[in-house]
Amino acid sequence: MHVLRYFCLITMHRRIIFAVATIMVALMLICGCTGTTTDPTPVEKQQLRIATTTSLYDTKLLDHLTPIFEEKYNAEVLVVSAGTGKALEYGQRGDVDVMMVHDRAREDTFIADGYGIDRRVFAYNYFVLVGPESDPAGVKAMAPEAAFTAIREKGMADKNVVFVSRGDASGTHSKEKAIWKAAGFNYSADVQGSGDWYQEAGTGMGATLTMTNEKEAYTLSDIGTYLAYKGDLKLVTLVDEGDILLNVYSVMQINPEKFPETNSTIAKDWINFLISDDIQKEIGSFGVDKYGQPLFYAAQNDWEKIGVAEAEVKNPVA
Amino acid sequence: MYEIVEGVLEALRLIVTLDPDVMAIAVRSIVISLTATIIASIFAIPLGAAINFGTFPGRKSLINLIQTLYSLPTVIVGLLIFLLISRVGPFGFMRLLFTPTAMIIAQTILILPIMTGLTISALSAVDPVIRDTLRSLGATRLQFLVNVLKEARFAILATVAVGFGRAISEVGAAILVGGNIAASSFASSTRVLTTAISLETSMGNISQSIALGIVLLVIALGVNLAITTVQHR
Repeated sequence: MHVLRYFCLITMHRRIIFAVATIMVALMLICGCTGTTTDPTPVEKQQLRIATTTSLYDTKLLDHLTPIFEEKYNAEVLVVSAGTGKALEYGQRGDVDVMMVHDRAREDTFIADGYGIDRRVFAYNYFVLVGPESDPAGVKAMAPEAAFTAIREKGMADKNVVFVSRGDASGTHSKEKAIWKAAGFNYSADVQGSGDWYQEAGTGMGATLTMTNEKEAYTLSDIGTYLAYKGDLKLVTLVDEGDILLNVYSVMQINPEKFPETNSTIAKDWINFLISDDIQKEIGSFGVDKYGQPLFYAAQNDWEKIGVAEAEVKNPVA
Repeated sequence: MYEIVEGVLEALRLIVTLDPDVMAIAVRSIVISLTATIIASIFAIPLGAAINFGTFPGRKSLINLIQTLYSLPTVIVGLLIFLLISRVGPFGFMRLLFTPTAMIIAQTILILPIMTGLTISALSAVDPVIRDTLRSLGATRLQFLVNVLKEARFAILATVAVGFGRAISEVGAAILVGGNIAASSFASSTRVLTTAISLETSMGNISQSIALGIVLLVIALGVNLAITTVQHR
């Protein structure tokens, strides 16, 4: 009896010591995960949270630019890559400081609703219609609207003609809808759900291109992501001319009046960084060595061509 | 086929040379999921014991509910945590979204039911003779609990391993609340093995995916091996 009780006491103590040790380890780990973000340097690093459209991420343009910014401003950049729709949603919820998107119409709404301010245009390129070399719908060199019409028509008759849509409310998805509209179709009635020829991927640009490649289908892509992925793809550019294919990238900060904890100072630094002369050169030359042509064009001197005000490409935000 | 072979070879190279990116992601995965498992254990084991030895109305239904939550979809947990910690959510002021802490919270909640349920099973499987002996020897409540837990320690260890396995292999919640961020500092990044595999595959970097997949499997195997070694000792 005595022996058992003694034994129990020891094991009990051991258990308690073990439990305490476990909790301490857990706490240390938690501190390790959260605390070190503020501790490692004596001067606290500012964090900039960016929600970006997938094309700027998948092309590795942001991977190229963020180290330059981090060095210059002693900041840490956290990039969440999502379609423009999701990026705007994060912005609307105040979960990021800055958004990099490419959907003019929805940006306007976002700004009008008071969520975004200080929009600047920093880059542009073009969308392309890509598809299999065999081009079963015969759309090569057509105008974008005519090509879309042809794909829809052939797709309904021929099983081998498939169009893969981003289907994720991204900027590219918006552009695709705009082209369907320009071609005279009602998107939800005539395109979506009109047959197996039209498939929605619900994912980023890179993933959609990979999927389109597997299915030997057609898709609309920004030229940047397409070039960055081209090495792994058997898809070729079929349509690349038409005013409607213009693709304009903007950056804006979340309105600090709506979300006071937003890091507005560093957000402005990022916007001004992107439209600065040096970085505009970086953007315009990014990828030339690897792909033989730029993935993006600098917006700085082409504001007339892309139809935005000069102030929107040149004036730093204050 | 060529792609798979080439991918595996490249994967082995990345692992053998201790590729810094792959290693950082692996270590981050372990730290996050291990922390979640430890926190979940602190809650789940006492809770499981209380439910197993307690007598209260609705006990059976509670156990049923817990067992139903075994299959709690990871994306649902992710969505729930996302809504709670997003800036406009009730805990938004803490600025937890897109941090490793958010991932730890999500994984803890995800594995809490299965760990509680398996603890109940582990304790109820303890030989009734031992329980009766303890009682007849006049053990206090605490002594009783400690000794039954000791008796069931291998099964509880297995419970912890199952919890860790589920935490480290889930991707839905990790990507929703973590955001799959690759930052310049280790502690701010939220890219773990599963989210990295998802991203790399979608970007067509198959060898990187295979390497990360192998690392994930090795971790899972290692944990199970460690558990079985302890159990057979």
